[in-house]
Amino acid sequence: MSKNRIMKIKDFQDTENLRFSRVSELKKIANEIRKESLIMIHRVQSGHPGGSLSEADILAALYFYKLRIDSKKPHWEDRDRFVLSKGHASPAYYAALAMKGFFPKKELETFRKINSRLQGHPELKVSGVDFAGGSLGQGVCFANGLALAGKLDNKEYKIYVLIGDGESQEGAVWEAAMAAAHHKLDNLVVILDKNQVQETGKTKNVMNIDPAPDKWKAFGFHVFDIDGHNMEEIVNTLDKADNVKEKPVMIVANTIKGKGVSFMELNHKFHGKAPNDEQFKQAMEELRKIDEKLK
Amino acid sequence: MSAISYNRKAEPDDTRVKREFHIKFRKQIKMEPKATREGYGDALVEIGGKNPNVVVVDADLGDSTKAESFGKQFPDRYITAGIAEQDMIGIAAGLSVSGKIPFASTFAVFSERAFEFVRNIVSRNNFNVKIAGSHAGIFTGEDGKSAQSIEDISIYRTLPHMVVIQPCDYIETKKAVHVLADYNGASYMRLLRNPLPIIHEDNYKFEIGKGEILKKGKDAVIFATGTMVHESLKAYDLLKKDRIDICVVNIHTIKPIDKKLIIDLAKKTNCVITAEDHNIIGGLGSAVAEVLSENYPCIIKRIGMEDRYGESGKYDELYDKYGLSAKHIAEKVKRAIKKKK
Repeated sequence: MSKNRIMKIKDFQDTENLRFSRVSELKKIANEIRKESLIMIHRVQSGHPGGSLSEADILAALYFYKLRIDSKKPHWEDRDRFVLSKGHASPAYYAALAMKGFFPKKELETFRKINSRLQGHPELKVSGVDFAGGSLGQGVCFANGLALAGKLDNKEYKIYVLIGDGESQEGAVWEAAMAAAHHKLDNLVVILDKNQVQETGKTKNVMNIDPAPDKWKAFGFHVFDIDGHNMEEIVNTLDKADNVKEKPVMIVANTIKGKGVSFMELNHKFHGKAPNDEQFKQAMEELRKIDEKLK
Repeated sequence: MSAISYNRKAEPDDTRVKREFHIKFRKQIKMEPKATREGYGDALVEIGGKNPNVVVVDADLGDSTKAESFGKQFPDRYITAGIAEQDMIGIAAGLSVSGKIPFASTFAVFSERAFEFVRNIVSRNNFNVKIAGSHAGIFTGEDGKSAQSIEDISIYRTLPHMVVIQPCDYIETKKAVHVLADYNGASYMRLLRNPLPIIHEDNYKFEIGKGEILKKGKDAVIFATGTMVHESLKAYDLLKKDRIDICVVNIHTIKPIDKKLIIDLAKKTNCVITAEDHNIIGGLGSAVAEVLSENYPCIIKRIGMEDRYGESGKYDELYDKYGLSAKHIAEKVKRAIKKKK
């Protein structure tokens, strides 16, 4: 084999090793996000565990791999923007922001407490937050505005939006989808945390949104349909999304509500209810076991 | 041409005709009634030319709201949201945090469809979004009740940080748009469909929150807004004939309202009337009542739509039917004066 070819193979192996270590790091971060979410929810006996647990992998990939952001410069003009449209799943979001360095980890103890910056649903006063969520369906519309501004100013930054499957029952989501495709917002990536369950039950029973990928494709999006808990797949897909032109991107991330905690998985009761002391203990045990496996 | 040598009689006929026509025509141009929505459209073009960050978002009613004038001049900055008012508001909000100065307009009644978006995105964060709701009030006429918002002032008034404005003529509207372009915060401006007399001069200075005294008088005071300013001015003339001297005030800013002026004039007249093409619940009348009940309780007569919807018809017929015309205002003022202590 020529020297060059050997070099290329080595580069490839190095990149693969790098990617592999990257991916395993991200898995650890995601599990950390899960633990922090449950800790802060349990502390105040209030919050949304199910949707926080299902989005942890996506958030880890975004905040520790994909997003071009700087925790020292939260208002950096050319930063990538992230919109947590499913704003109730704020615990995981706050955990990711704290771990990324937007504010001290200790502040997570103030979640949902009076006079706290870390309100039940995100407010702009929190460093790193670009959208004040809480009302489903609004984030995608807002993201359209961000994306349009980016286009008007010929900027390179991207807008990432995280929506829920229950949330995509809101008509406004489809108004926004139509507009994103119409205005060719290829700087927009919408990620659907399709965790199959909403507050009152399984999405299939309450208001079926399937087939989701087909719908988004019909609305003019370039669609990726992935396993929302496969970190490698998430990372690869986020990279592929960069190359899509003329169309906004939809990443349907098939996930499990309550992922990581056996009694919370696919259980609508933990959409918006905190675990009691016993449940919390068991949940943290299970997540610690995952930590062990990831070592 | 010196006055001594110029002999008008010696003027060729067509020059004289042209000169007289020109003078008459100039006067007509100055006085020709224009719709406030025209003022919106024309002013958008002006501010769009001055500031490249001004953008306009439309929900398929640009030709009616006249936002389209901006679109013709600056097509790149004119964003069509389609018949999707919630997305329109979300888009405007996203633009506002990205260095843009967005104006988002539609019919007043259809902006209400996006009310919770205004509440939870624009008002909650006090974003720099200028919302314009056109074709408000039963003044809209023939389209009928589904298009005639008589509740917009009341609902926008309840939102923290929201500035609520209703200019009463073309010039005031233009001035207001210029002022709002420089104002950093959430606002709602109410626009009207049909031409209205122009009562302001070109050098009028519009100030958010300042009531404008149009007529002085001590028998009673009418706080009016929008079309009712004009009806109240007509009522002033009718009442003058009966030797009743009223004060007429243009309240163009319902929020933040000119509390001081309201209290002062209530004290001077002890007879307060409010007039609006809007439900008497929640709008200008309620705003004035809120101020006076806490500071100078007195009898207040609220003129407006009495918790009922309008209908199709010519606006002057509608105003007559629903008690909003000058004649009705004058009657109600007389009755209120009789009740004075």
